[in-house]
Amino acid sequence: MSLAKSPWIIHVNVNSCNGCDIEVVACLTPLYDAERFGVLNIGTPKQADIMVVTGSVNYKNVNVLKNIYNQIPDPKVVLAVGACASTGGIFHNCYNVIGGVDQVIPVDAYVPGCCPRPEAILDGVVAALSILEDKKKGNIKGKEVKLKGNEVPSNA
Amino acid sequence: MNMNDVLTVVLVLIGAPILGCLASGIDRRITARLQGRVGPPILQPYYDVKKLLSKDNMIVNPSQNFYVIVYLFFIILSLLMLVFKEDILMIIFVYTVASLALIVGGMSTGSPYARVGSSREIMAILAYEPILILYALAIYLLTGTFNLSKLVNASTPLLVYTPLIFIAMIVVLNIKLKKSPFDYSTSHHGHQELVKGMTTEYSGPGFAGIEIAHFYEYVFLTGLIFLFWAVNPLIGLLISIAAYLLVIVIDNITARVYWQWMLKMSWSVLLIISIINIALLYASKVTMV
Repeated sequence: MSLAKSPWIIHVNVNSCNGCDIEVVACLTPLYDAERFGVLNIGTPKQADIMVVTGSVNYKNVNVLKNIYNQIPDPKVVLAVGACASTGGIFHNCYNVIGGVDQVIPVDAYVPGCCPRPEAILDGVVAALSILEDKKKGNIKGKEVKLKGNEVPSNA
Repeated sequence: MNMNDVLTVVLVLIGAPILGCLASGIDRRITARLQGRVGPPILQPYYDVKKLLSKDNMIVNPSQNFYVIVYLFFIILSLLMLVFKEDILMIIFVYTVASLALIVGGMSTGSPYARVGSSREIMAILAYEPILILYALAIYLLTGTFNLSKLVNASTPLLVYTPLIFIAMIVVLNIKLKKSPFDYSTSHHGHQELVKGMTTEYSGPGFAGIEIAHFYEYVFLTGLIFLFWAVNPLIGLLISIAAYLLVIVIDNITARVYWQWMLKMSWSVLLIISIINIALLYASKVTMV
């Protein structure tokens, strides 16, 4: 129960248009007040439990995303927020875009929408909490994602 | 060492973090209410620590958690010395060792954010340390000894003779609790321009240790305010609670300042009013005993 009562979130923007980011920040405002569930928007990955990713990943920032994922101590959960983070959204076939976040790191929960409402994001966080508890109970560790050099798309 | 002393030690070791945890929770609740939010439960800091203890311990070098232990140990030691009415000058030195341990720990991790946070904390020490020494000096002038036992058994409270140092000590409380406008060494979770300052590279149990040490620190710092009216514990308690609430309100109504501003304010205004207070005590040759 201890994990579910104080989920600390790190918000990562990989190539997002800022629409989802504004909605994530809106969760912290007095209207929605995520802190009443103990949710904190923490700056450093070393102290985070839930990684909130927005935007479709591209070749410039894929290593940044992997690096931040590797730095979060276990147990950890990844929450993909928005259509871009879930599938690539309207950018899914662009030459410079890899696609959804699940192409790079394992994703546990998705919040669809362009952009999702703050209620939906809070709902996603609450859904991620039970996954977090399960991971703690089963002692499931996130695998370290290998960093590569500057990747070049095969179809470029 | 008799049975009573052992009981007191156990009571402080168990009671202080509970009090500090509640104080921290009340702080977060009041802050939320002042911002028009509902806010977390009062026990939220306890849930945070419990969660941090169950997380993985990710370290960047083998010695970083050792500094957390040093920090925790010296905070507890200074609190115990305060409770046992030891030498006030020694208490301040022991407390400084604790602050230094956290700074060295931040420096040792090598993260640029931790380094900037640590050097800002050194500036904070530079700003508040002279005032703490003058506070000890005032106690010496009034009671003839640095030992706190005479202060507690005196007939008149310390605040009557040292109102100006009391004002300076409120600002010291503000600096040491890392509240706005002086919250730049470990930035608040709301504004992350320094990520998490000194504590950037700490995770899991290591960070939980820092949080627990903070709980002790809350009690220790309000204990220093308590000494201003130690002759009557009830009034002393009320004054320290009022000072703590004042710091929370100041935290919410002020914006962060540059460290240069803090240094100028503490070395001009606070230091001068403290010295005036000391000079008046010295000239009038009053004593409490």
